Amino acid sequence: MLKVRIIPSLLLREGRCVKGVKFRDFRDTGNPVTAAKIYDAQGADELLFLDITASTEKRSILFDIVSKTAEACFMPLCVGGGIRSIEDIRKLLLVGADKVSINTAALDRPEFINEAAEVFGNQCIVASIDVRKRVDGEYEVFSDCGTKARGIGPVEWAKEAVAQGAGEILLTSIDQEGTRKGYDLGLIRMVADTVEVPVIASGGVGSLQDLVDGIVRGHASAVSAASIFHFTDQSIIKARTYMKEAGLDVRSMELR
Amino acid sequence: MIGIVDYGMGNLRSVAKAFELLGAEVIVSGKPEELRAAEKLVLPGVGAFGDGMANLRRIELDKFLEGEVLGKKKPLLGICLGMQLLAREGFERGRNTGLGFIGGKVAKFELEAQGLKVPHVGWNEVRFIGENPLFKGLKDGTCFYFVHSYHMVCDDKKDVSAVCDYGHEFAAAVRRGNIFGTQFHPEKSQEAGLRVLENYMDMQL
Repeated sequence: MLKVRIIPSLLLREGRCVKGVKFRDFRDTGNPVTAAKIYDAQGADELLFLDITASTEKRSILFDIVSKTAEACFMPLCVGGGIRSIEDIRKLLLVGADKVSINTAALDRPEFINEAAEVFGNQCIVASIDVRKRVDGEYEVFSDCGTKARGIGPVEWAKEAVAQGAGEILLTSIDQEGTRKGYDLGLIRMVADTVEVPVIASGGVGSLQDLVDGIVRGHASAVSAASIFHFTDQSIIKARTYMKEAGLDVRSMELR
Repeated sequence: MIGIVDYGMGNLRSVAKAFELLGAEVIVSGKPEELRAAEKLVLPGVGAFGDGMANLRRIELDKFLEGEVLGKKKPLLGICLGMQLLAREGFERGRNTGLGFIGGKVAKFELEAQGLKVPHVGWNEVRFIGENPLFKGLKDGTCFYFVHSYHMVCDDKKDVSAVCDYGHEFAAAVRRGNIFGTQFHPEKSQEAGLRVLENYMDMQL
């Protein structure tokens, strides 16, 4: 049986881990390579780096972090943030990323997903979709770190991204992000039930039960979280145990 | 020395770093004259089957591998796409001829009817078949990390050395003599994966 994945995510800015609430008010949370090593040791199933460094000249720090992480952690790494070209992807893969997540560039030009999947394979391309609920109750996709409304709904955009060749969807609720109030399960389920590729739930985890809900009620294939692993005494190990006790098929760490 | 074949198909660095961590001397190269010095070869790779073969042929690495692996019987470990290229033919974006070291073809997962997601991404249990030096010291059913939409179907079941279930049983690892392949990524499978690489490194054939 394929195991449910627990994916800690690390938000990076100018080489440091940061954490915000609803994509704002970021605070420093430490050294990313150190954090990655801890998650690796705890048996995280995958690691997600999302870079929100604004200035292009400071972008190169990301390559250094991915490189140092890949030297120490022999686990799947997905990296996103500011990816605009095939060359950007190639550079990240060369320093040790396995997958890249693409957000704004794909919304600007959906064919970019197709071009990237042609070169690196569908499994390599994760479409990252940030969603906000409008006052009228409808969901809308946002780009540019949650600042730009795109006039398209998450289901429609997810379908298009998959048709273009995205191998996975990373689905983040901006409204829930950093609030620790739980995933937007309606949103997650709506997308997960529509597309045939795995959906990674993101944004809002505050308790271990939220992780279980993301899978059971949200129908996600994997659950991502940041705050809960960063700021509380909950660890990947506790999450795995909790999810297992809830009847989910998580990875056993026993080797012999 | 472990020779990692560089043919422009993805993440070679993790494989190299893993072997280095385990204490091996490693060379990453796309040049036959440099790779020839290696006692064991590794063919990693992610991406499409056709591109992979085209890249190998362009720099005549297919002929080099034939000479070293079939001729001189040097051990070869194919990983993910590298394992699939061992097959006779693949059907990713059209029909393509593979290296043909192990009889079989590479087919896409057709699992939509079962409601399963493709690609098969994540950690899954691997069941070992018979004795395989690659899996020495590992418990049957150990989880490894997979990420693929295609899988290898061997002509001869005897070539399958481990299986995994995703909608149906498929070959998670193959072996024919000095030729090994894993569909999963040992270099991304934490402790279990490092053990596989260490076993390959230490293996005496």
